[in-house]
Amino acid sequence: MRNVSIICRKELGSYFASPIAYILLVMFGVIFGFFFWNELGYFVMASMEMQMRGEGMPMNLNEQIIRPLLSNVAVIGLFFIPMITMRLFAEEKRTGTIEMLVTSPVRDVEIVLGKWLASLILYGCLLLFTAVNFAFLFKYGNPDWKPLLIGYLGLLLQAGALLAIGTFISTLTKNQIIAGAMTFGVCILLWVVGWVDYETGTWARVLSYLSVVTHFEPFGRGLLQSKDAVFYVAAIFLGLFFTARSMESLRWRS
Amino acid sequence: MHPRTPTDGRHYGSLAAASNTMIIVSDLTKRYARTTAVDHISFAVEKGQIVGFLGPNGAGKTTTMRMLTCFLPPSAGTATVAGFDVVEQPLEVKRRIGYLPETPPIYPEMATAEYLKFVGKLKGLSGAELSKQIDYVCERCAITDVKQKLLGKLSKGYRQRVGLAQAIIHNPDVLILDEPTAGLDPKQINETRDLIKSLAGDHTIILSTHILPEVEQTCEQVIIINKGKLVVTDSVRNLQARARGVESVLVEVAGRNGGVEPTSVQQKLEQVSGVSRVVCTSQVDSRAVFEVESQKGGLVRGDLARAVVESGWDLNELKAASMSLEEIFLQLTGNEATENAAASGGQA
Repeated sequence: MRNVSIICRKELGSYFASPIAYILLVMFGVIFGFFFWNELGYFVMASMEMQMRGEGMPMNLNEQIIRPLLSNVAVIGLFFIPMITMRLFAEEKRTGTIEMLVTSPVRDVEIVLGKWLASLILYGCLLLFTAVNFAFLFKYGNPDWKPLLIGYLGLLLQAGALLAIGTFISTLTKNQIIAGAMTFGVCILLWVVGWVDYETGTWARVLSYLSVVTHFEPFGRGLLQSKDAVFYVAAIFLGLFFTARSMESLRWRS
Repeated sequence: MHPRTPTDGRHYGSLAAASNTMIIVSDLTKRYARTTAVDHISFAVEKGQIVGFLGPNGAGKTTTMRMLTCFLPPSAGTATVAGFDVVEQPLEVKRRIGYLPETPPIYPEMATAEYLKFVGKLKGLSGAELSKQIDYVCERCAITDVKQKLLGKLSKGYRQRVGLAQAIIHNPDVLILDEPTAGLDPKQINETRDLIKSLAGDHTIILSTHILPEVEQTCEQVIIINKGKLVVTDSVRNLQARARGVESVLVEVAGRNGGVEPTSVQQKLEQVSGVSRVVCTSQVDSRAVFEVESQKGGLVRGDLARAVVESGWDLNELKAASMSLEEIFLQLTGNEATENAAASGGQA
């Protein structure tokens, strides 16, 4: 556990010592800020219309702002995750520092966990930007905080799964761009496979089950369902397991 | 060429139990899909020694070192460091090894002190001991003045020394240095060599190089490998004696009509000036082979040939019996080494 935290802290240090973390934070902040502003604008317009017509359809912050925004984050995340994970192993392989890391008295699993945890924490920092925006909703309105919390949990689980896959892909190459592009492709693929749900065949059901975004929907609505949580946890497990195996095979092949 | 090492790896097994042998390598082999990078290498290193690992580029030096540091698993054979097997107990081995790869493993975005702190922690140090060790290695490797600088901004010489500091931070029993002087300027090379020599008392050191004078200056023991095979392992002093002192020549003599009398040939050869010893190694029918030892640098071979022919025998063959370190090395490395040796000879 001590080694995991040493490696995790070092990785976070590297993220924040280089411009990567700041660029990601600013980009994410701006993009999410735009979505928030847009969504809020719609909401305000709709509620004014409602007042003028005098129709009593209830306006709900959770349903009409928080839920769609969280779903947006689940998709925006797909674009940011490759940029977070691409350097994790690829850079160490290119500069040769991996040799120092692997010949230190540390287990492979500890290295993998440390790096993955650091990437998850950086993603968590991105989510903090959304929290700043949501804080305004709590100041001027009274949304329910419980569905929001479950939404965040869902986002972290979804990101954890994709980050684990990205970490694995980063072990496959010395080239960060290749690692990033491959991870990006996988992320997008794991999103769009969910679009086949109009089909009824078994293959379509399997494909749509694999979609990382579909599994997020219940979380966005504030529903904590074990089958979705299990999907993400299993994906995290699998990704990290493959990363550890890949590190091992790296030595057999190199 | 007569490799002086026993080819039987088991020989070292018994040696380990008895004396303070730090590293035992027996029949170590590394095969890749098409090539064999390291082919049944066996050697042993005593505690506190500096061993030079000599060979041309691509001889298998780095691969062997990577197997010793548990970075690569061997395909066959075993290696133990301080009594721990590199395959069975890698964590124990890693705790006792400091390793400087060919390119110093530094993170450009980190400052020197920050980097050493990270490596020290990884190697199990903490608290007061960690800061004490950081100060110690900074002083030892003369990097105190760049402690707060970013590693990416350091010169090659400083990076190398930070790499060395990183390797010794946990005070390991064994230091494995892959070409520690490669790419440095002459002054830095001398400083690095002195540093390595000063570390020898506390640590057992294996350093790889393709520069001959480096081995002569820094090391006590030398292991020469080529194309993955062990060529020779001996003490530098012995090899130097062989290289500087005696030259050994094989002479094959045949009688003109019928037989040849070995004793009379031997007497004749002994009379040649400069010859210190003559031994008849074999005699088949009318031919006899003699090993003639002489001072190096004399014109013995010509005199030997004349003595044989003038006595009415035939001279079938005349060749060098064993090669000097330099000759072995030059044969291994070809022209490239001649240039390197000349260049570094000038620097030294």
